Amino acid sequence: MAVEPANRFESVQQVREGLKSVNYLADEGIAGVAFLADRLGKPVLVEGPAGTGKTQLAKSIAEMTGARLIRLQCYEGLDESKALYEWNYKKQLLRIQADRTSDSWSEVHDDIFSDEFLLTRPLLEAITAPDPVVLLIDEVDRVEVETEALLLEILSDYQVSIPELGTIEAKQIPLVFLTSNNTRELSEALKRRCLYLHVDYPSMEREKEIVLTKVPGVTEHLADQVSRIVRSIRMLDLKKSPSVSETLDWARTLLLLNIDTIDEQTAKETLHILLKYQTDIAKAAKELSVD
Amino acid sequence: MSAAAAPQKSMLDLLNGFVAELRNAGLPVSLTENLDAMEAVQHIPIEDREAFKYALGATLIKNNSHWRAFETVFEVYFSLRGPEYRLADADASAIDELWREMQEQQAEENRGASGSMDALTPEEIAQMLMQALLNADQAMMRALAKQSVQRFAGMEPGRPVGGTYYLYRTLRNLDLDGMLDKLMEQAAQDAGGELTHLEERLERDEFEHRIDEFKKEIEAEIRRRLVADRGVEAMAKTLRKPLPEDVEFMHASRDEMQSLKKALQPLTRKLAARLARKRKHGRKGPLDFRNTVRHSLSYGGVPAEPKFKYPRPAKPELMVIADISGSVAAFARFTLMLVYAMQGQFSKVRSFVFIDGIDEVTEFFKSTEDIQEAIHRVNTEADVVWVDGHSDYGHAFEVFWERYGKDVGPKTTVLLLGDARNNYHASQSWVVREIRQKARHVYWLNPEPRSYWNTGDSIVGDYGNHTDGVFECRNLRQLEAFVEKLA
Repeated sequence: MAVEPANRFESVQQVREGLKSVNYLADEGIAGVAFLADRLGKPVLVEGPAGTGKTQLAKSIAEMTGARLIRLQCYEGLDESKALYEWNYKKQLLRIQADRTSDSWSEVHDDIFSDEFLLTRPLLEAITAPDPVVLLIDEVDRVEVETEALLLEILSDYQVSIPELGTIEAKQIPLVFLTSNNTRELSEALKRRCLYLHVDYPSMEREKEIVLTKVPGVTEHLADQVSRIVRSIRMLDLKKSPSVSETLDWARTLLLLNIDTIDEQTAKETLHILLKYQTDIAKAAKELSVD
Repeated sequence: MSAAAAPQKSMLDLLNGFVAELRNAGLPVSLTENLDAMEAVQHIPIEDREAFKYALGATLIKNNSHWRAFETVFEVYFSLRGPEYRLADADASAIDELWREMQEQQAEENRGASGSMDALTPEEIAQMLMQALLNADQAMMRALAKQSVQRFAGMEPGRPVGGTYYLYRTLRNLDLDGMLDKLMEQAAQDAGGELTHLEERLERDEFEHRIDEFKKEIEAEIRRRLVADRGVEAMAKTLRKPLPEDVEFMHASRDEMQSLKKALQPLTRKLAARLARKRKHGRKGPLDFRNTVRHSLSYGGVPAEPKFKYPRPAKPELMVIADISGSVAAFARFTLMLVYAMQGQFSKVRSFVFIDGIDEVTEFFKSTEDIQEAIHRVNTEADVVWVDGHSDYGHAFEVFWERYGKDVGPKTTVLLLGDARNNYHASQSWVVREIRQKARHVYWLNPEPRSYWNTGDSIVGDYGNHTDGVFECRNLRQLEAFVEKLA
């Protein structure tokens, strides 16, 4: 490999505190894996239910290290020209037409396949950037299995091969985060190249802290109640359990309504912020009131 | 980087042993992952147990459902290799100190003479446990877990009994269910009177959570003692937890069922995706004359670009016929979950359940989004009992043929699920033969181990002759293999 990992962090503890300073409360596992990713120079595959702060983790790491965040949102049908690079063929055409007479064919040929005519897309941009960057490849489980292969070269060797130009190697190894909602099994090849981190719903204590840091003005008492009720709801067998962001929304709503203590009535009336399916709401309301 | 010299040899051996143990437990660990782990541990001190565990986990385990198995192996393998994991006998002084502190706090109880925890009566232990649970006192809970295992489990060196036996013995003596009630009473008192439903519910969840943690402490303690007694290698084998894909449907616990359910969704998606892909990449059909002529216009009337008719994609139709009698009850629950998951992926799925009568239950699954409710309705409302509620495949099939046989067409794939234990009734296997003649495919999934087939009243061979294949389907791995084959 051409470049050594950058060693951005001193210790696991430092990662943890750094993340806390940008309002992201990491647990031991999250901080540890982020630290290792930096030391080993490997991408991190973050998996877990929706709304547990996977994307936020990459954003927070970027904010904490003062790096630029480059984001590639994955979707079905994502291809090379959207993810890696594309030739700016309009410009190439212009170049050819501009001086038809003077250049020989080989000169033009060499000229139009040069950096100037290359449009960088997120992946190429991330490894060619001169400044520190964090690359976020979001919801990688949405692309087809075949498209995953696009990512392999950049993930293992931090380089991109362009047939006309040769291989472009990274100037520095960026921190790479891939997120997945686990809607399908990712390929072995991809998993092998990554460190694996599973982010689950936080424990009650951590969720309470998250509410306290993210919702200004919330009282300790309310945060405690919110996190306890959310935990109870998550234990039910629901179609979609409330995510952390929904917990935060709920806490904010309660704050706006000037509610200090949640009783059954308020819980029932505001459940729709936590839960998005009618059957789930009915079930939770039933469970919480008559037991 | 300079500080991280080449890993010591002892560390290498330790890790290699660990990886070998993971592989023995059925976890796939590739060579590169092993190398990554070697590199990772150079950056993390082994003394930091948690960070060390996460470092190994991040490099070696790439599937969350394998985490539990990994954790068990980790604990067994490293349980005796760290200062904080010594046995209770070794650090009894620490617990005694805790105990003394507690006594000082409760000076009014005036029991200063007994300095050691060993002298406590079971009632006192129960009392202390209750206090610890009430105040969520982690250290005390851990100490009590050690103490109760030492006292109640009755572990004898060299006795070849599994951990569950000791766990059962310990828990029986502690009466944790009674404890929950007492805790609830106490909480109600502390709150000064009646709790509202919501409060009560929250308190109960909280206490259940704490009791669960306490149980885990006990389990860990038993494990440590077993390992100390019999050694890592012997215990690693017995304490191994099956991976979710190897859990048998017939004997799955509630927790395991939950994780099976999660694993089902991607599987049905895979099934649907595979069928779709097959359609897209299907072979070319005959020449499409109209289309070729139309495209020839852009070449001045020369048919330079021949166009072909693609075979019309056959929309897969699925008919699932499942036995839900007592003998396959656990499997049936799983089957119903599978059917429910499939219903989301395929446009045309019809499902039937039977014991000795048969009934269509497609509507139950369609009308609700809640799988629990659907299963409940199937179990209560479906009319599946004809005479005595013992499986009668023959009669059920006969009725199926009579009522729904006309709906089986050349596009239909029929899935039969059951153990084919027919209670010595007539097999009526001609129905299966007829179905196969009309349908595209007929498959039979049997939740019994292959060695039990055709023993006793099982007549799966009789039916199997008329299907396109009988598959053993005892766990997720086998189901997955079937899906691969089907598509």
